Amino acid sequence: MVRVRRSTVIDAPIAAVWELLRDFNGHDRWHPAVDRSAIERGLRADQVGAVRDFVLTGGERLREQLLSLSDKDHSFRYAIVESEIPLQNYVADVSLKPVTDGDRTFWSWSSRFDAPRGREQELGQLVAEGVYEAGFEAIRARVERPATSAPTPSPSAASGPAMEGTAMVIDRHGGPELLHPARIAAPPPGPGEVRLRQTAIGVNFVDVYCRTGHFDLLEPPGILGMEAAGVVLDVGQSVRHLAPGQRVAYACPPVGAYASVRTVPAALLVPLPDGIDDETAAAGLLKGMTAEFLLHRVHTVSRGETVLIYAPAGGVGRILCQWANHLGATVIGATSTEEKARLARAAGAHHIVLPGETSLEEQVRGLTNGRGADVIYDAVGRDSFAHSVAALAPCGHLVSFGQASGPIGSWDIGALASNSATISRPNFAHYTDTPEKVAAITERLFDAIARRIVTIEIGQRFPLSQAAEAHRALEGRETTGSTILIPDDTKAGRP
Amino acid sequence: MAQVYASSVIGAPADQVWAAIRDFNGLPNWHPAIAESRIEGGAPADQVGCVRAFRLKDGGFIRERLLALSDYDLSCTYSILESPMGVENYVATLKLTPITDGGRSFAEWSAEFDCPPEREAELVTLIGGEVFQGGFDSLKDRFGG
Repeated sequence: MVRVRRSTVIDAPIAAVWELLRDFNGHDRWHPAVDRSAIERGLRADQVGAVRDFVLTGGERLREQLLSLSDKDHSFRYAIVESEIPLQNYVADVSLKPVTDGDRTFWSWSSRFDAPRGREQELGQLVAEGVYEAGFEAIRARVERPATSAPTPSPSAASGPAMEGTAMVIDRHGGPELLHPARIAAPPPGPGEVRLRQTAIGVNFVDVYCRTGHFDLLEPPGILGMEAAGVVLDVGQSVRHLAPGQRVAYACPPVGAYASVRTVPAALLVPLPDGIDDETAAAGLLKGMTAEFLLHRVHTVSRGETVLIYAPAGGVGRILCQWANHLGATVIGATSTEEKARLARAAGAHHIVLPGETSLEEQVRGLTNGRGADVIYDAVGRDSFAHSVAALAPCGHLVSFGQASGPIGSWDIGALASNSATISRPNFAHYTDTPEKVAAITERLFDAIARRIVTIEIGQRFPLSQAAEAHRALEGRETTGSTILIPDDTKAGRP
Repeated sequence: MAQVYASSVIGAPADQVWAAIRDFNGLPNWHPAIAESRIEGGAPADQVGCVRAFRLKDGGFIRERLLALSDYDLSCTYSILESPMGVENYVATLKLTPITDGGRSFAEWSAEFDCPPEREAELVTLIGGEVFQGGFDSLKDRFGG
């Protein structure tokens, strides 16, 4: 049995340290050894029993379970349930105590575990130094008061001047009216981080899911948004590939894009080529990356296939129409109005089906000599799913990538035997979870934009402070193309 | 039931600081408010159950019983049997924890007691300040802070 105990004193009030530590899924945001982390089975990060599945920067995967959590004692206990590093029977305790003398925090981190014979010392050192002591220093860098000034009771001051800005915040899950402006401060970038002045912010339906609580990506209070473009203001230690002044964009969790300034992990950022302006990037990165993996990775669309695309005038739908047409497919758009049908045709849809006297599947069969569609891209969900299954050609592929109309519910898989259907439910995160994957996707996307195969149409621009209006328009199906927010105090940069 | 908690960081390894404070008869050696102390009945100072009788520099007389002493946890728990402070059911614990980062010690001193409600704030301030923080300040002077 190996026992490891490390402890330190952090020169910050206990509330500031505990706020960071109690988030069982937050370690990828502060611990330099943790690359990314997710809580399994949709549990909350403070649900005792929750399992965090994470990957270290060295590539090793671990799963750890929260065994106890106490806001009274400022402590939690967790155990490794699966690890690519041979730490067996590993149970660890994290405990904070207030140092009343100076309003500081005593932090103890200890564990016991079994290690393979002969590796006890090596693994003990890895845990003590690579995990615990490295964690101490990362938190210290985040919360300690500047060394130059005398200790003050102000909480959670960062090591350097934070930059003030505005953000659109929700205090609880619910309707668009809950979005309200707030003053925020972007902390100086820590190791591996970059601070951005954001110039344009993308609005996506996933933001609505986060706002309503349908997706478990934002625990209020917090800032919505997954996509933005901007300019690098400063970079933290160990950031080599980005420099101040460089134009970048991102389209991924963690949420928090509805802000004029933001500090983000450098690994999430895509450098923007000269041909892609900030507004285009904010309007098109998430949707364009989605279209790229839907058309090239989830299903490889090929010449001669018939592709049915729902919401073909919407943000992703329009790009799917353009790109599928270019790939040589016969494109059918399923939409609701003549106005949207016109936009879909302009984007490359060969045929349009509208609500009418006959069902969608009958109309699709009518257009395909009774055969049906080889691949269907359906983000409508509840209202469309049965029609999509019925509209598939034999051995067709239904790609369900959203549920704007509501949850699809349970389906009997046996029903798919009627046409040997394949159903995919791709998740953006799994196609974009490494810098390498993001680079490959954005390279093909930027090339398609540069060659005008894909055009990013910005249908609506709202000031950031009117994000609620943007959400109402999106939910009311009033938008066409992409919707972006422009921070009220900045003007989008252009190359 | 009133509660008091004070904590500090002493600039020496825990075993060194513990050597000073584990001596239940040693308060005059390190606490600035204590003038003299003796263990009643000639018992050893680390005998659980022993009683220390000591006199404050301001003349007050206090008797305290050692309830628990742990060289493993570096902690010492005692109760007040007699004092001029007007507290009842007073039980306090002084505990050290090593701080591995820098070879220092985390010192915690806590107490629970009963008293008339109108005196609680005054007593909490007195005990947490002059008694506990006063002791910490003296230890920091001696060992570094």
